[in-house]
Amino acid sequence: MKIRIKGIEIFFIKLSTQAEVKEINEIQEEIIEEFGIFDDWMDKYNYLIELSRDLPLIDPEYKVEKYLISECQSKVWLYAEYNDGLINYIADSNAIITKGIIALLIRVLSGREPREIMDADLFFIDKIGLRQNLSPTRSNGLLAFLKQMKLYAVAYNAKYKN
Amino acid sequence: MNFNVEKIRKDFPILTRKVYDKPLVYLDNGATTQKPLCVINCISNVYSYSNSSIHRGLHYLSEQSTESYERARKTVREFINARFDHEIIFTCGTTGSINGLTFSFGEKYVNSGDEIIITAMEHHSNIVPWQILCERKNASLKIIPFNDNGELLMNEYEKLFNPKTRIVAVTHVSNVLGTINPVEQIIEKAHQRNIPVLIDGAQSVQHLEIDVQKLDCDFFVFSGHKMYGPTGIGVLYGKEKWLEEIPPFQGGGEMVHTVTFEKTTYNELPYKFEAGTVNYVGAIALEEAIKYIFRLGKANIAEHEKELQQYVEYRLENTDHIRVYGKAREKISIISFNIDDIHPYDAGMIFDKMGVAVRTGTHCAQPVMQRYNIDGTIRASFALYNTKHEIDILCEAIEKVKSMFS
Repeated sequence: MKIRIKGIEIFFIKLSTQAEVKEINEIQEEIIEEFGIFDDWMDKYNYLIELSRDLPLIDPEYKVEKYLISECQSKVWLYAEYNDGLINYIADSNAIITKGIIALLIRVLSGREPREIMDADLFFIDKIGLRQNLSPTRSNGLLAFLKQMKLYAVAYNAKYKN
Repeated sequence: MNFNVEKIRKDFPILTRKVYDKPLVYLDNGATTQKPLCVINCISNVYSYSNSSIHRGLHYLSEQSTESYERARKTVREFINARFDHEIIFTCGTTGSINGLTFSFGEKYVNSGDEIIITAMEHHSNIVPWQILCERKNASLKIIPFNDNGELLMNEYEKLFNPKTRIVAVTHVSNVLGTINPVEQIIEKAHQRNIPVLIDGAQSVQHLEIDVQKLDCDFFVFSGHKMYGPTGIGVLYGKEKWLEEIPPFQGGGEMVHTVTFEKTTYNELPYKFEAGTVNYVGAIALEEAIKYIFRLGKANIAEHEKELQQYVEYRLENTDHIRVYGKAREKISIISFNIDDIHPYDAGMIFDKMGVAVRTGTHCAQPVMQRYNIDGTIRASFALYNTKHEIDILCEAIEKVKSMFS
């Protein structure tokens, strides 16, 4: 009985994980499609500028040194909340294009279980041609931003996995 | 003026390339300049036909290589009008020169409680090595401030001297603001108190006539790659009397006379400071860059760059929503600015896609940003091959940024 219940439980979690991993990829495919209509770089940037405006304004309490990821070039702040097994990210940047990219990353990763975030393979970045914005040489904090998103997931996963 | 920029551009192969299908507009010369074909060919020729370690072998190639290297030293001496060849020490660059000097000078002359004067507009390369020394010796830095126009406050400078002052280290030209500092005056004031002066020439040597004897500076440092030469080669000039006095900053081969496990005696100048296998290819190619500058004429280059500077200043003054940082009376062709409240990083991304290479950010001079209370600037820095047409393209890029972010 016990085993069976546990079995069902395990089965359920696996199912839900699989379903949501698929969802991450679905969103990535959506983004790739959205960017697919632009063949000019300026249009891509205009779209990122638009996306940056959709990112909710964040409370000044999060725009402090403690949540600052990189001081180099643009400033980026990131905070993660954990509610009912899901991580919600709150982020901002003082550069608009950076903020647009952050909006995309949040759209893909926010509101998910830590495990999903940890396992996510973010292929959309390459596909929409933003790889250069995440290269370590760009020193715009985005690579560190993504790493920090994953670190939050690792930390919450370790804290609440039982 | 006998200066045909279109013809000169043909000497630089990289200027023919496109980025994102747009002609490259290279305005990041403060970071590094492009290389003329004569320098590129020189490197290729040395490795192809005459490569050999210097000062070691008796064989033909080694002799030839040694001769070329020492001839390069002579040419550098002429370039900055030093008194002796052996006052020219080859290093890996400005940063290497300053780090070496802070160690050697610091070992000999800086003790607990002593003070070092620098300016508030130094590149990190002329701040951090001194801070490391200060930490090691329990000494401290004193800073010459500058006004809103980016000019040093000379009255404040004089107030910084006291019996604990050991050296003054200042940049000749600000890499952010383009200010040409009154180094003659700075040196004179220091010498009245018997204090030596280091001039960081990283941003001046490619634009201005340098005469270290006339300046009477005690040390002068610069890099090859910012003056059309290769990377990884630079110069530490020091007056003979100082170089004789201070200890070497690196140990190794070639810099010694005799080595026993009990005691090592050092080689004479300049070899005392050139440990290991030096970058002789870099030095030989740097000579080629100097010869190229000599052929064009430094005065002609300066005149052309002055025109560019005046034109870019005129264009930006007549563009709305531009804030220029650094309006010193004496300036070289570097201009730092921001567009409205647009983050320089955002602007830089758009410039990049338009083929315009500028630098954005703090330019390794964070104290300058702190002085103006800004995150960073966009910096366009010009060289002998830039054109007014390229400044027009820069201004088009500015308009594009404004239309996208406003």
